[in-house]
Amino acid sequence: MWDKFTGKKRVTSREVAKQRLQLVLIHDRSDISPVMLEALKADLIAVISEHLDIDQEGIEITLSESRGRSRLLATIPILGRRTRR
Amino acid sequence: MPGRVITITSGKGGVGKTTTTANLAVCLALLGQRVVAIDADIGLRNLDVVLGLENRVVYDLVDVVEGRCRLRQALIRDKRLSEMYLLPAAQTRDKTAVNPGQMVEICHQLRPDFDYILIDSPAGIEQGFQNAVAGADEVIIVTTPEVSAVRDADRIIGLVEAGEKGPARLIINRIKPDMVRRGDMLDVSDVLEILRIDLLGIIPEDEHIIVSTNKGTPVAHDIGVPAAQAFRNIARRLRGEEVPFMSLGGSDNLFGRLRRLIAPRSDTH
Repeated sequence: MWDKFTGKKRVTSREVAKQRLQLVLIHDRSDISPVMLEALKADLIAVISEHLDIDQEGIEITLSESRGRSRLLATIPILGRRTRR
Repeated sequence: MPGRVITITSGKGGVGKTTTTANLAVCLALLGQRVVAIDADIGLRNLDVVLGLENRVVYDLVDVVEGRCRLRQALIRDKRLSEMYLLPAAQTRDKTAVNPGQMVEICHQLRPDFDYILIDSPAGIEQGFQNAVAGADEVIIVTTPEVSAVRDADRIIGLVEAGEKGPARLIINRIKPDMVRRGDMLDVSDVLEILRIDLLGIIPEDEHIIVSTNKGTPVAHDIGVPAAQAFRNIARRLRGEEVPFMSLGGSDNLFGRLRRLIAPRSDTH
């Protein structure tokens, strides 16, 4: 009732369940574990750092799903291009 | 026409496979079909007690496979329905007592004499499950609107697809309409969106199921009980009839939509 006045939407346990399930199933279906993603992230940092200055803390590697296919999404913030020697 | 072999499975245990198998067998027999229900859960036999036939078990599935009796001798006729039979599981053996080839052979032998051969699968994805689906023409997956059951159902759907058993269909069991309305339970549309599979039926949580299991008389016999109606609807859908789904508190049903049109905020807290 109070939420109705404040306009705040209660996050129901149903929504939480749905989101958690969707996420865990993306991993189950693709057979890519969170541990594997972490390893991939470390390798990506190593390779990309040779060419670009990147914000290692800001890197996000996630799995998502669209149109029935798993997709790997990497968001890698660049700090600045290294000058050629 | 030779009988259809339909396996009822789930991945997760305790979601209602045996109850579903027993009740669908009763409903199909009530529709005049010749039905045999096979308990493939070797070592954890239960379909006999749910059907109230535990005192009549003489031979079992493993006795048939190992040649101690003929298939016909192991079939137990139901107390109430003359066209319904049970092939019980062995209780003192394990899943390795039978192999998938032997299950296929048993189904092959039963096909000419029955319209429906329902197989109650054990939980899990190991040999017991492989045995249960080996001879299947169709697979029914039972789940409940819970994270763990839906996750396991997804795994089973993948295995059934890989086994080329045709598209599996889903039964969502133990829906609590009140919890769905409060937003505390996944609704039918959520589960379907996640699993992307055809819906065969929805069954409300119903205390009558426990009472009927206590007595060994499947709830499908009780006319007027919501769960009984749900099972009867499913049996008719298996027969190819178009039967509308019950409304169980989800946002996607006509009743809910109408109610929100009339009183847009009547069910928010």
